[in-house]
Amino acid sequence: MPRPRPPRPPRTSDRALITLDLNGERTPVAFAPHKTLLEVLREDLGLTGTKHGCELGECGTCTVLLDDQPVLSCLVLAAACDGRRVRTVEGMGGSRLHPLQETFADLGAAQCGYCTPGFLLAARALLERNPAPTRDQIREALSGNLCRCTGYLKIYEAVELAAARLRGETAEPKPETLYGLR
Amino acid sequence: MACGRERVVGKPQRKVDAVGKVTGRTRFADDLALPRMLYCRLLRSPHAHARILAIDTARAAALDGVRAVLTGAALPLPFGILPVSQDEHALALDRVRFIGDPVAAVAAVSEEIATAALDLIDVTYEPLPAIADPEAAIAPAETPIHDYGDAGNLHKLVSLEFGDVAEALARADHVREDLFFYGGSTHLAMEQHAALADWSPDGKLTLWSSTQTPHYVHRALARVLELPPARIRVIATPNGGGFGGKSDPFGHEIVVAKLAMLTGRPVKITLTREEVFYCHRGRHPTLMWVRTGVTRDGRITGMHFRTLLDGGGYGSYGVASTYYTGALQTVTYQVERYKFEGARAFTNKAPCGPKRGHGTPQPRFALEVQMDKLAEDLGIDPAELRLRHLAPPNSVTANYLRIGSMGLGTCIEKVMAGAGWKARHGRLGPGRGLGLACSSYLSGAGLPIYWNDMPHSGVQLKCDRGGGVTVFCGSTDIGQGSDSILASIVAEVLGVAMGDVSVMTADTDLTPVDLGSYSSRVTLMSGNAALQAAERARAILARHAAHKLTVPAERLVFAAGRVFDAEHPETGMTLAEAVQLAEAEEGTVGTVGSYTPPRSPGRYRGAGVGPSPAYSYSAAIAEVAVDPDTGIVRVPKIWVAHDVGRCINPATVMGQVEGSVYMGLGEALMEDMAYRPNRRLLHKIPSLLEYKSPTTLEMCDVETYLIEDPDPNGPFGAKEVGQGPLLPIPPAVANAVYDALGVRIDEVPITPEKVLKALKDKARGAGRYGPDRFPDITWPAPTVVAPPWEGGDGRAAPSPGASPSPSASERQH
Amino acid sequence: MLRLPEFRFFQPATLKQALALKADAGPDGMYVAGGTDLYPNMKRRHQEPRVVISLAGIRALRKQPAARRNGGTADGGYALGAGLTLTEIVEHRRLRKHYPVVARAAELISTPLLRNMGTLGGNLCLDTRCNYYNQSYEWRKAIDFCMKKDGAICWVAPSSPRCWAVQSSDLAPVMVALDARLRLVGPSGERVVPAAEFYRNDGIAYLTKQPDEIVAEVTLPAASGWDATYHKLRRRGAFDFPVLGVAAWVRWDGADVADARIVLGGIASYPQVVPDAARAIRGTRLEEDAVQVAADTAAGPAKPMDNTDFGLSWRKEMTRVYVRRALEELRDRRR
Repeated sequence: MPRPRPPRPPRTSDRALITLDLNGERTPVAFAPHKTLLEVLREDLGLTGTKHGCELGECGTCTVLLDDQPVLSCLVLAAACDGRRVRTVEGMGGSRLHPLQETFADLGAAQCGYCTPGFLLAARALLERNPAPTRDQIREALSGNLCRCTGYLKIYEAVELAAARLRGETAEPKPETLYGLR
Repeated sequence: MACGRERVVGKPQRKVDAVGKVTGRTRFADDLALPRMLYCRLLRSPHAHARILAIDTARAAALDGVRAVLTGAALPLPFGILPVSQDEHALALDRVRFIGDPVAAVAAVSEEIATAALDLIDVTYEPLPAIADPEAAIAPAETPIHDYGDAGNLHKLVSLEFGDVAEALARADHVREDLFFYGGSTHLAMEQHAALADWSPDGKLTLWSSTQTPHYVHRALARVLELPPARIRVIATPNGGGFGGKSDPFGHEIVVAKLAMLTGRPVKITLTREEVFYCHRGRHPTLMWVRTGVTRDGRITGMHFRTLLDGGGYGSYGVASTYYTGALQTVTYQVERYKFEGARAFTNKAPCGPKRGHGTPQPRFALEVQMDKLAEDLGIDPAELRLRHLAPPNSVTANYLRIGSMGLGTCIEKVMAGAGWKARHGRLGPGRGLGLACSSYLSGAGLPIYWNDMPHSGVQLKCDRGGGVTVFCGSTDIGQGSDSILASIVAEVLGVAMGDVSVMTADTDLTPVDLGSYSSRVTLMSGNAALQAAERARAILARHAAHKLTVPAERLVFAAGRVFDAEHPETGMTLAEAVQLAEAEEGTVGTVGSYTPPRSPGRYRGAGVGPSPAYSYSAAIAEVAVDPDTGIVRVPKIWVAHDVGRCINPATVMGQVEGSVYMGLGEALMEDMAYRPNRRLLHKIPSLLEYKSPTTLEMCDVETYLIEDPDPNGPFGAKEVGQGPLLPIPPAVANAVYDALGVRIDEVPITPEKVLKALKDKARGAGRYGPDRFPDITWPAPTVVAPPWEGGDGRAAPSPGASPSPSASERQH
Repeated sequence: MLRLPEFRFFQPATLKQALALKADAGPDGMYVAGGTDLYPNMKRRHQEPRVVISLAGIRALRKQPAARRNGGTADGGYALGAGLTLTEIVEHRRLRKHYPVVARAAELISTPLLRNMGTLGGNLCLDTRCNYYNQSYEWRKAIDFCMKKDGAICWVAPSSPRCWAVQSSDLAPVMVALDARLRLVGPSGERVVPAAEFYRNDGIAYLTKQPDEIVAEVTLPAASGWDATYHKLRRRGAFDFPVLGVAAWVRWDGADVADARIVLGGIASYPQVVPDAARAIRGTRLEEDAVQVAADTAAGPAKPMDNTDFGLSWRKEMTRVYVRRALEELRDRRR
């Protein structure tokens, strides 16, 4: 029976050099070639807004947008992203919040906030494809993101409210959302 | 306390940290980095129980890039959250007690090198027989897991009796005896534990850690590292979820501190998801036996409750957990006489500790399902049965817990109306059902973890000449919004905007002690401390403003950043001006506030677990659809009503209710800390894929009723909300499954396999799945305390040779 | 964090380049498509290729679903590039229309995020899975590893001479039920393999494909005259692999079943065809008793092991229920 190879410490000093279209800016970055996009964002680009919950693709916490599609950055090789468009939570909003960020903040859809960047980007991708999603469509689109704090309900409501506003409607949260039933 | 005319309190506010969280600016522990930082990884035991005979770290130390290797010998002083069970070492000294128990640590220039180095550490183990479950723990052991405990591998035995329960049962009109089992589950916070330590050559240690309890970590570091506490600074980073999983001081926190001291470089550790399963400190799997006697109309004359907890390899909060499995049975429905026997066993698995609800969800499940069975026996509607015999407000229970406000009746009525209980219970047709359950939870434990006479929470307030206010408090925001509570209360009292209040928390150098975010204590305790500090500041400012404006201080209103005459609002000044006046007259304006819970009436050994300044109450009705061919249980909707006393921020209250329902649903249906007893006692599924946590597709719709009946002990009347609403969910689902298919699943989680087995069992007569025996345990002689209404004074009856009142150390528990 | 081991990464533009890179690397080289199976496995040290050859940039693998017109299949089947992502399969309007069972099975895989990355070929070649295997290096070391990787014993059947890791793809049973064809491209040329012959009932050597061959294309039979469905059993509605999958295919002759195939996934090391169950419905109209016989017959050969979520006896019982439901669906659609 073959003996297992013990874990090898990295030996290479090779660096991959790529240029990302990162949050709308041409961004060159060099890194050890076997690193994932998650690791490069956090460790080589200093963008710690993208979080990690498992690094195996089992929770959605590391969601980023790659060429407009929500993907698991823990399973994307950074070296495969040369010239591609990457959007992270840091690129949402600027001096003003993106409507999704506004509604997540106002409705309490971010409790501990750890899963929030992943949900924001998955929701953003949904609304870019489908500006008027039903509650079921929102559930489906977010079914790959785990949250342990909110029970998801305020997240749905925040997505719906932001979607309405992005469609140009003046919309406010229903009173029951914020006060409960009395 | 003023109600109804507030500007901030009672309104949905954006949390003070909301923008940080939605922009990714919030820095969690693993987001931190310092120059020349080293990375730490831990080598963990592959054996469930073994002696460590030798550790050879030479090959690891020689690996290029490794800067230090540590073993237990470098940290020989034990620690543990509870003074009575300081049975942990930062790295195992001579024994490992579960697979995953940390044994050695490496600090290296990269995480990858540290990982590779682990495989170069040679540990020689002598495996010992492993104890897989509490039944095995009861038998006498050749090599007990610990060299302390009440009896061999039984860590703790509790025996309390409040009134002659045998007599009460004998004269009851009806007696039921039931067995239940509540499985183990873990917190599964999305953020993995992480800590960063920095040591400066002038002898100052700083630790950033994702912890709910920086004060307790501070104490543990001082003890194990033998450093003066004044030279240690612990900063709790925002927790990416806690739920009780980050409330123990952990070995890895001490290890990185030690490595930083040894190397002179910052050292960071981030646990992998699998390692978080080994940290655990989650729900104790608990076997329960309950014998209850009732009158014909359903009043409980006597209840005898036994629990057996599977504690895992170490003490953690387990002694408190054991008491908690026997404490709150009396605060919802009247119980005239009560007897509790509880045992916690050491087993060779990851240690159990406090998970949301801390020892109370298990007995609550048993009680609520038994109540349903009693209702059926007596021919009374289950909701009606509960409504008839609610514990009264402002009363003391048989076990000396003082109840203040008690809104459970309203909660039950709300969910009954919302769910259409009367029309639909028992009438939804085969495979569909409704189930009701209730619960209660503490708004903070009445006693601190270590005995002392000091406040449980402290706040310092700084008033700036520019009109801004800063609140300093040791409390820790774990996502529940505690920082925002502080800001809301201060903003309310001083009449400033939330945005003008800065909150500085959870830093042992800068903030006064708050005991931590556990037992749902923070809103009530730090809130009251903040209220006191703010009111004192208001008094100082009012005195000077009144003098300047020649208006009686009682007529002054603080609102919209101004201080003005209630009768002539144009007569006033800005808050900033008031601060400047005060500062000119008496110097820097700063106040303090603190909070100590009222002393509870219990005076017996064990009376310290259970009391609280206020209890929240919850009621839930679950609607289920069960497929009789597969046993699969779906929960489309839950109605929940929570008596919160008062919402400081209704939006965050809603979030806590919905999140608690979610977590209760996960436990009810699918969460399970499973081990393989036939495979060396490995954890079966230490991953986010295999440990099942509900996705968006499993989460039910929730209709939430918030009941506000202000409690005099809470700030603005507020009680807890972070844990209470979890408790009724598993029993409501179990009761609904019974309504749907006529089978009793007396176990959590309620899985399809169990439902199918119960259905087959039903075809043969009974229709139940659950435990069928409670093992024989030699219980100690009970501490006997007469209930209040039988002439009791909260003290134990003297037993021959024992002192009548507990010693100081015993008073903790 | 769990991290990948070091490796050299190549992104060839053509199949020829990919094959050459693999030939150079020998057993130290592996292909990767979406990475959603290989990278987690590499992080847990199941596979540690020193050379990883990405297939993502090879246009020839991304043939959009289209009806075949020339040569090869006389019956005009539908061809899909193996490099298409699962999302592309799910959302392709004509594929959804003509082969809804394929879109449905693809949509049941994992989560929307993973489907944006994982590919058809990758899912068909999915590594077999087991609770004792899909664990970290340290966990597996504590159990002295297992027969599938670095050890000698199959922990789910310790006295067995073979590995019992489970076939966990949702598309595999469907492709076997449809009798789809896989076109493989290798160093010595191309070959076409019927889906049923692509898999082997062994947890370790579970594909008949050689390690240096690349799945280029999957051809589905012409869309008329038959119907098929796929039912998946798992704990949650997302993330989870099947603990049981039932793919059922029938060819109709008027109101009668002229031919049938029933394939079980998630309960053996390969997609398990249950020919006796199919035989039980041939010549019937899928009446209740015929369906019941087929369901009971299908459950017989189902031998799930204790290496997935849920217990094995329940999964076996569910075989009966799910085969029945799949056949009832086909019957109800016919009416």
